[in-house]
Amino acid sequence: MGNKAMLLDFWPSPFGMRTRIALAEKGVKYEYKDEDLSNKSELLLAMNPVHKKIPVFVHNNKPVCESLIIVEYIDEVWSKDKPLLPSDPYLKAQARFWADFADKKVYESGARIWKTKGEEQEKAKKDFIENLTILVQQLGDNPYFGGDTFGYVDVAIIPFYTWFYTFEMAGNFKVEESCPKVIEWAKRCLQRESVKALPDPIKVYDFFLELKKMLGIE
Amino acid sequence: MFAMRVKIALAEKGITDYECREENIVVSKSPLLLQMNPVHKKIPVLIHNGKPICESLIIVEYIDEVWNHTSPLLPTDPYLKSHAKFWADFVDKKMYPVQKKIWATKEESQDETKKEFIEILKTFEKELGDKCYFGGDNIGFVDIALITYYSFFRTYEYFSGLSLEAECPQLIAWAKRCLLKDSVSSSLADMDKVLEIIIEYRKIKGIA
Repeated sequence: MGNKAMLLDFWPSPFGMRTRIALAEKGVKYEYKDEDLSNKSELLLAMNPVHKKIPVFVHNNKPVCESLIIVEYIDEVWSKDKPLLPSDPYLKAQARFWADFADKKVYESGARIWKTKGEEQEKAKKDFIENLTILVQQLGDNPYFGGDTFGYVDVAIIPFYTWFYTFEMAGNFKVEESCPKVIEWAKRCLQRESVKALPDPIKVYDFFLELKKMLGIE
Repeated sequence: MFAMRVKIALAEKGITDYECREENIVVSKSPLLLQMNPVHKKIPVLIHNGKPICESLIIVEYIDEVWNHTSPLLPTDPYLKSHAKFWADFVDKKMYPVQKKIWATKEESQDETKKEFIEILKTFEKELGDKCYFGGDNIGFVDIALITYYSFFRTYEYFSGLSLEAECPQLIAWAKRCLLKDSVSSSLADMDKVLEIIIEYRKIKGIA
């Protein structure tokens, strides 16, 4: 069996970034394809007909969709080195819980910051900081959510860091002031090659401004 | 519907020796629930050897991993596993919000919602294909994720005027096959009781 791998992605997507980090951590060679989401390729529509979204990891011509499912798949297939999930079922369940929390609460409230104004935006900021604070409590004294090693939850959350600058500009606040521990953790992650390769937050903000213009949002 | 998933999984694994504590989450949540799930304060919570596991699909996966000697709920092959998890995720991402619109809102026109709902059910039918269950020859992760919504099918028909048997006969046939299994029939809530509760709920919320 061959080992042909391709990632259909979009560079500013934090979900795509998760899969890029996982592949880099495992040293997997793959072809990267950046999609034009306003004009989705035939390949993307064929590989993810249900959601028509990126990221899609195509491994030996078979598609795997949904970022956290892809990360788990990568962890299982390239299982020799650098395990991302713990082997203990309880610790594994905890890791899945916190990655799910990152999606349901952290990402959701972060996105609300740039989607809303006035009172709604103030609530979004409050929720975002509250959710980050709850999340960061899980670190305890550990350097990573994975404990001593960079793991699944770190992979799940660190991409949102590239969007912090955008949230801060949209909401006129600084994450570091309300949640310095998360910035400390992020900077630690940024020392890893796989995370260094993520887009510059300023570039992400520029993209966001373009996106707003395109969508006609003020 | 989420707690039913855990019950089915435990039953499939032959685990009957556990305490099931009903929470009255509408009136007031117990101190134990708040302690075991301080983040979301929701059920279901599986407490195993004093340690809590939350979120229904995460619990089902945990059960499958711990009691791995019988009735596997997820395939061992990584690709097939990811495929099953994709479809279970689809159930929560798509089915949940759309079905809720049918009974939890007072929409002037439900036409769009009904259309979307049937489309989702047909998507499931397509994925099921000729298989007996989504899990193949026996019920698996996706079957468990989806079958619990079956207890709401009478509710969906009542508020939408749809006949789900007419619209999605293969899916109804699949549901009836699942119900032949003790693990499912003993875990699913009674359809008429669910409808009663929803009618009350709508009155309380002023949606009637």
